Amino acid sequence: MKRLLSLFLCLIMVISLFTGCTKKEETSGDAAGSSDVIKIGVFEPLTGENGGGGLQELDGIKYANKMYPEVLGKKIELVIVDNKSDKGEATTAVTRLIEKDKVVAIIGSYGSGVSIAAGDIIKNAKIPAMGASCTNPMVTQGNEFYFRACFLDPFQGRVMANYALQQGAKTAAVIMQNGDDYSVGLGNFFIDAFKELTGDEKSIVDVSEFQVNDTDFNAILTNIKAKNPDVIFAPSSATTAPLIIKQARALGIECPIMGGDTWENPAVIDVAGDDAEGIVLSTFFDENDPATEEAKTFVTGYKAELAGKEPIIPAVAALGYDAYLLVRNAIERAGSTDGVAIRNAIAATKDFEGVTGVINFTEEGDADKNIAVIKTVKDGQFVYIDTVEVK
Amino acid sequence: MMKIEKKENNLLKNAVLILIFAAIIVLLDLDIIGDNYVRRVLNLAAIYAIVSVSMNLVNGFTGLFSLGQAGFMAIGAYTVAVFTVPVEARKAIFYIVPQSPLVANIELPFFVALILGGLLAALVAILIGMPVLRLKSDYLAIATLGFSEIIRIVFTNMKTITNGALGIKSIPQMPTMWVFFGAMIISVILIVLLINSSYGRAFKAIREDDIAAEAMGINLFKHKVLSFAIGAFFAGIGGGLLASLLGTVDPKQFYFTMTYNFLLIIVLGGMGSISGTVIASFVVTVGLEVLRFFDDSLVLFGYEVPIFRAGFRMVIFSILLMILVLFFRNGLMGQKELSWKMVGDFFNGKKSPKNNRKGGAA
Amino acid sequence: MTFEVFMQQLANGISIGSLYALLAIGYTMVYGILRLINFAHGDIFMMSAYFMVFGMVTFGLPWYVSAAIVIVAAVALGVLIEKAAYKSLRDAPRMSIMISAIGVSFLLENLATYLFTGVPKGFPDIDILTRAISFGNVSLSVATLVTPVVTIILLFVVLFITNKTKIGMAMRAVSKDFETARLMGININRVISTTFVIGSALAAVGAILWGSKYPSVIPLMGVMPGLKCFIAAVLGGIGNTTGAVLGGFILGMSEIMLVSFLPSLTGYRDAIAFIILIIVLIVKPTGLLGEKVTDKV
Repeated sequence: MKRLLSLFLCLIMVISLFTGCTKKEETSGDAAGSSDVIKIGVFEPLTGENGGGGLQELDGIKYANKMYPEVLGKKIELVIVDNKSDKGEATTAVTRLIEKDKVVAIIGSYGSGVSIAAGDIIKNAKIPAMGASCTNPMVTQGNEFYFRACFLDPFQGRVMANYALQQGAKTAAVIMQNGDDYSVGLGNFFIDAFKELTGDEKSIVDVSEFQVNDTDFNAILTNIKAKNPDVIFAPSSATTAPLIIKQARALGIECPIMGGDTWENPAVIDVAGDDAEGIVLSTFFDENDPATEEAKTFVTGYKAELAGKEPIIPAVAALGYDAYLLVRNAIERAGSTDGVAIRNAIAATKDFEGVTGVINFTEEGDADKNIAVIKTVKDGQFVYIDTVEVK
Repeated sequence: MMKIEKKENNLLKNAVLILIFAAIIVLLDLDIIGDNYVRRVLNLAAIYAIVSVSMNLVNGFTGLFSLGQAGFMAIGAYTVAVFTVPVEARKAIFYIVPQSPLVANIELPFFVALILGGLLAALVAILIGMPVLRLKSDYLAIATLGFSEIIRIVFTNMKTITNGALGIKSIPQMPTMWVFFGAMIISVILIVLLINSSYGRAFKAIREDDIAAEAMGINLFKHKVLSFAIGAFFAGIGGGLLASLLGTVDPKQFYFTMTYNFLLIIVLGGMGSISGTVIASFVVTVGLEVLRFFDDSLVLFGYEVPIFRAGFRMVIFSILLMILVLFFRNGLMGQKELSWKMVGDFFNGKKSPKNNRKGGAA
Repeated sequence: MTFEVFMQQLANGISIGSLYALLAIGYTMVYGILRLINFAHGDIFMMSAYFMVFGMVTFGLPWYVSAAIVIVAAVALGVLIEKAAYKSLRDAPRMSIMISAIGVSFLLENLATYLFTGVPKGFPDIDILTRAISFGNVSLSVATLVTPVVTIILLFVVLFITNKTKIGMAMRAVSKDFETARLMGININRVISTTFVIGSALAAVGAILWGSKYPSVIPLMGVMPGLKCFIAAVLGGIGNTTGAVLGGFILGMSEIMLVSFLPSLTGYRDAIAFIILIIVLIVKPTGLLGEKVTDKV
């Protein structure tokens, strides 16, 4: 009996895999034209290293879906998959969205590495994708179906190098995570920009790399301390950032520590505690300075939605919101759910008023943004310092 | 007379079964049934079958507890990745550290790179095996696991060849499922032939009692290294196929926990059963995809069931693994192979004669 | 390299080494008695860190109360794992028990990911441990100084238990010869449970000290330390408590020294443990202080 049952279960498993798709196949005949929902895939890391940021971004997307639930007279259904911050998993997840769930467009992902990994599948399937906060240039490069709503790492690296210089820094040390496209990319762009701006090849006094899941940075930081840089730039995930900050302070390193957009995460302050005071980071959005009408309504509405869950609106949530709106807007203008039509509509986006500013797309499919917000941490809160414009 | 008739009958059944499977794959391949997602999952299962069968050769048939499969797969995967990505696409991939001129302009056909990957994995296995195969059971396990991690860390640091931790993307994809299923069928046939040869009998003798085997005149060292290297060769092939299927490799994928997947498969299928391993590969891979609905939120009668959320699937998966280990230690097949008699017994409710040997290898 | 930098690195090495040592004791004791690599040990460590977060942050308990609760909870978890996953496999082939250990570890990691999400939780500040003090240019947190002291004290406690008490004698007997010990009337199950109690309690202490130094709690935080500490135990001679502590210190020190003297090889830091392991296994499988074990035919 037990054996029969197990055999039965196995059979069910295999059959359900097949029926799952054949059922969808019937409706996909004319690309969801006859069904009454339009599916948009959301592919975000909900577990794993970048789980925190992924969840924030997802909340923004969900909120956008709540505010604008319909397009072309049909309901928009979000199909959410978890890519576990893992490149292998990302490709399967995206294939699943495209093939099994028959989504018309995809939003995501937090973390450039997974977006890059999934890029080829998206390109081959001719389904447009809109990245919300993946800042690595490789995401959209040579991929006409991948767009993004945020600025790029070369820009961000330059902004931070600029800011460091303005603060009087002459030397810098860089710490990056080997294995993370985001971290290595941003770190290298910062190095290039800083060398160029100071005109001194030796202005970068130390470059250190650490591995995924490393927790002990004492040795690296001791080396850096010996070289006494004016500033430390350490683009890293919100998981790692507080460890670096705390250990640096415990070792008596007093120079400013700077990071990228991933640092704008309550986890950083939460874990690093008092040591987080004074860190500097660049980000996409500031709730106290809404750029557009849409932003004003978003800030009030989303603040109420968060209701004390998080003290400030995370920039990635705002970008997630924008990404959703951009896709919805494009579907509306395309008037169809055909992947190529939506893709062309996205490319033709003109002066779209999003929450993070007015958005147009470049040839590569990147949002044409030249403004970044610089923030610091004061009294356990992220505080706006400056808006930087770089040509 | 009766016996011969029965044999012919089984032959016919086998032929029919094979034809059915071939037909399903042909239909899938021509896009008549299924879609890319189904094809992808099945291809993945085929790759898992290759690696699991090779791991079973080492662990289940030779009794060497090796946990190095992920490292050997990494070698195969990187060989394919480094040599098959079109030369013109490489500059965009190696955008931080340029690729070393040693390999930058070499582009090999997929199958050449695949075999090369397998051979390199086998070569590394021989080098590793010489010192560590003297070790026993869990020491061997931890040493092979260590080597698999060292391989991964070396790949992470060889930036000029492997692009470090950034990984390599744009690996050419294979147009047909036959690449994966063909590789699986050939690998399984080769391993079955090996197991039924005199070498295979020597492997099993080593598994049962290596001291007795040595007394019988079996060269322990030679056979252990041979089994280990052949296991690594097929793991390398599996890794190469995986690289092509995913289209991207990076060292993080080959973290040692990957080996646990294959361990689960051979435990489920039965240590020392090839057919069990193949079946288990498909059950586990497909099962993991089917279990995905546990990760989605479930709304019942307008009420959102709170336990269904991201991560639940893996909890279920690991509980199943524990149940299996604790209560069904012999897995689906124990050390037996699938046969028509077994299927018949199964449906007639007859209990197959209890396998009295200790389950798995000691 | 200046003298100060060297001293700082030395302190870093001793500090991480003593954390490894605390965990390594648990591995070496369980291995000594059950001949089992308790893969779940690193995950008991991880769970303890989570318990501490809940005790202090969620329930707002003072740190010493939480610490006591955490130790009790870790002990309970350790014993539960032994009863549920290892006990029924006592006569099974060794490979099966090891697979079971891997399974438990996998389950705990997935459970933690599911229950607590992958988002890092901040380890609560234990004021007396996280304060920084400096000697000239060498700056240390109190935890860095306390950890080696705690480790050495606990080592002596464990040595006292194993050498001077009745249960300790039973433990040594079981680790020498399982079957004979059973025939001599030693309650094997009690001995094994005690081993898990001691090992898990040390893992909990390790987690509290670890958290004060590296205050980010994630579901996979126990994987790498777990493996490395097992290696430390092998290096010191498996089954030998003093050896495990020695192995932990050597491992921690070599990692830090690699980064400080050869910064270009920082990427190979995690490989060091495995390279040490393989060298030890090939050159002297019994480790630095281990006794020779002969296989019976």
